[in-house]
Amino acid sequence: MSALSLLYAVLFYFATAVLVLGLARKIRQYARTPAPLKIALTPAPVTPAGVPWRLAREVVFFESLFRSSKWTWLFGWLFHAALLLVILRHVRYFQEPVWLVITLIQPFGTYAGFAMVVGLAGLWARRFLVDRVRYISTPSDHLMLALLIAIGLTGLGMRFVRHTDIVAVKAYMLGLMRFDIQPLPTDPVLLLHLGLVALLMIVFPISKLLHAPGLFFSPTRNMADNPREARHVAAWASALDK
Amino acid sequence: MATAAFDTPKLKEYPVIPLIQVGATSHLKPFVASEAIQKNLGFPGELVEDWQAKAIAKMGDLLGKYRSLQVYMDACVHCGACADKCHYFLGTKDPKNMPVARQDLLRQVYRRYFTFAGKYFPWLVGAKDLTKEVLDDWYSYYYQCSECRRCSVFCPYGIDTAEVTMAAREIMDSIGMGQKYSNEIIGKVHRIGNNLGIPGPALQDTLEGLEEDTKDETGVDVRFPLDVKGAEVLLVTPSADFFSEPHVDSLIGYAKVFHAAGVSWTLSAKASEAGNFGMFIGNYEQLRKIALRIREAALELGVKRIVVGECGHAWRVAYSFWNTLVGIGAGGKDPFAIELQNQLDHRYKQPMHICEFTYDLIQRGALSFDKEKNDSRIITFHDSCNVARASRMGDFAGGQFVIPREIIKAVANNFHDMAPETIFESTFCCGGGGGLLTDDLLELRVKGALPRMEALKNVVDEHNVNFMATICAICKAQFTKVLPQYGFDMSMVGGVHQLVSKAIRLGDK
Repeated sequence: MSALSLLYAVLFYFATAVLVLGLARKIRQYARTPAPLKIALTPAPVTPAGVPWRLAREVVFFESLFRSSKWTWLFGWLFHAALLLVILRHVRYFQEPVWLVITLIQPFGTYAGFAMVVGLAGLWARRFLVDRVRYISTPSDHLMLALLIAIGLTGLGMRFVRHTDIVAVKAYMLGLMRFDIQPLPTDPVLLLHLGLVALLMIVFPISKLLHAPGLFFSPTRNMADNPREARHVAAWASALDK
Repeated sequence: MATAAFDTPKLKEYPVIPLIQVGATSHLKPFVASEAIQKNLGFPGELVEDWQAKAIAKMGDLLGKYRSLQVYMDACVHCGACADKCHYFLGTKDPKNMPVARQDLLRQVYRRYFTFAGKYFPWLVGAKDLTKEVLDDWYSYYYQCSECRRCSVFCPYGIDTAEVTMAAREIMDSIGMGQKYSNEIIGKVHRIGNNLGIPGPALQDTLEGLEEDTKDETGVDVRFPLDVKGAEVLLVTPSADFFSEPHVDSLIGYAKVFHAAGVSWTLSAKASEAGNFGMFIGNYEQLRKIALRIREAALELGVKRIVVGECGHAWRVAYSFWNTLVGIGAGGKDPFAIELQNQLDHRYKQPMHICEFTYDLIQRGALSFDKEKNDSRIITFHDSCNVARASRMGDFAGGQFVIPREIIKAVANNFHDMAPETIFESTFCCGGGGGLLTDDLLELRVKGALPRMEALKNVVDEHNVNFMATICAICKAQFTKVLPQYGFDMSMVGGVHQLVSKAIRLGDK
């Protein structure tokens, strides 16, 4: 086992731990923080049963964003949908035998890589071209886009320009999952790609990527509009009634 | 007091998103509350010495108490979907009036003191120390938000700037930097019972005067009862309804509806105000304390129903918060809530909006109207922000949009809605809500009204609209002041029950 294989193994174990534990900590924090007042926002479902449907429309179709800004919606949705396909395509590196669904997705997942980069480029262009969006952009907003684009481009590079030894990559990944470190190809594009992915995993729980779990905990989106029918009191607030 | 000169924006035919003008309204700050006003509410009288540490501690406290704040501090991706949605940004061009930038004033401090990235890489994520400069920005721009929630409708994560504004205002109050207008009014509610500071005897006098006027006008004895024990309905309405024009015309309308329906009702001197400015300053304890007066009055008078008059933020507090705060509603299983819930008649919605009350009667055929009495009017309807986005009416989603319009159509022949992207949950705020209806912010109020004025102008030009009905005391007060600035007649604005009042037939019940 080379030092490089070991280094990347440590990096990925660390990145996975940060991602999982960091997200779990944040989700626990969101779940435990009380929501003392009903702040459901129109158009809210009038019963709790309607809440999952509303959230699903936001998660799958980006409904509110569609109403807000068609360009942002187009690029944002394109990027997220493509990212989903790309991630699903990568599942094949982590299992043997590969599920049929994952096999069927392969061709779409491959071209989704381009769609992902196009979406990201569109989102990035807005940060330069629209004066309002330029004003609100911080360095991290730019870097996050740069990071994702670099991941996309290195991935596409390996698929279409300079192939890497994917059989060895798969053996390495399967080995990681069994704590049995295998040799990792020393292809620089691959190393860059994997390094950036690990970086993305590490920054996830300490960055704006928290919008992913945040959406599910947003009271304006996940509350039912029934305050007259059901009294809604948080523990710290009901202490005032004593 | 004299405000500095400013230019009223020109009305354009099509709405245009302005280019940003950094610092365009950084000079706008409302008067700071005096020591006496602050101490009255239990806040420090002036900026405390260790305000920085205290403010950060207060922020930590609020982050632990409000899930909304915690999630909204983390979730924003700076996508800019909200940036062009705020009426204050559209009217002032100041980029700090873009909802995302307004939130970032608090978020930059949150990041610096509560997040890993902000502690170690502040420049990367735009984190900033809490300096006096930042505090001044807070005071300026969190009092340029009307908590209307339009931006939240368009945010992919539902980030609600109103929640952020309320948190910022509460932090500022806790370190002695309160706003004179809101906090003075809250003091009046506690001392006298209503926002305008009308004492009981003056209220009694006013109501007797209204009885006489209504008798002169209609020949019918329409009562305006105060503190009547055993009445069926307790009406809680904005105190502007007792004194201001055109507000009082709606109060007369409510009285006529009660009269025509034969329902006994009363006002309460103790709870003679529906507006709850506790919400404007984001303080739960004040919100609750102000709502408690209604609960106490209802228990003392033994009423079966509680009905709320035409008032936007008040209806939000009543509809969304009263059950939580003081148990006015259904479903409470705790002793505090059960006492009142046992008294109320749960065949009816508790609390009920006056429009729901009137609409139900219309549906049942219990009221009749001479619609042609409103024929001189070509009417449009302004959805008040906190009714539109923060509360509801009736049994169905969107009832708050349908019910007032159906009432208007039942009492008048000419109705035209404004452009669809400016009404319903996309409605533009009047520009005066959320504690900004004060002359020291007149420039902001005029500029913030721009998007509504443009939409109004279009229906004036296309359909000859000459009356904008609304169901909020603040909208009415704001528009009567702002309409003339844009070349409209101030009498163009009025209440829905003003129209009801004009057309209703009074039997001899």
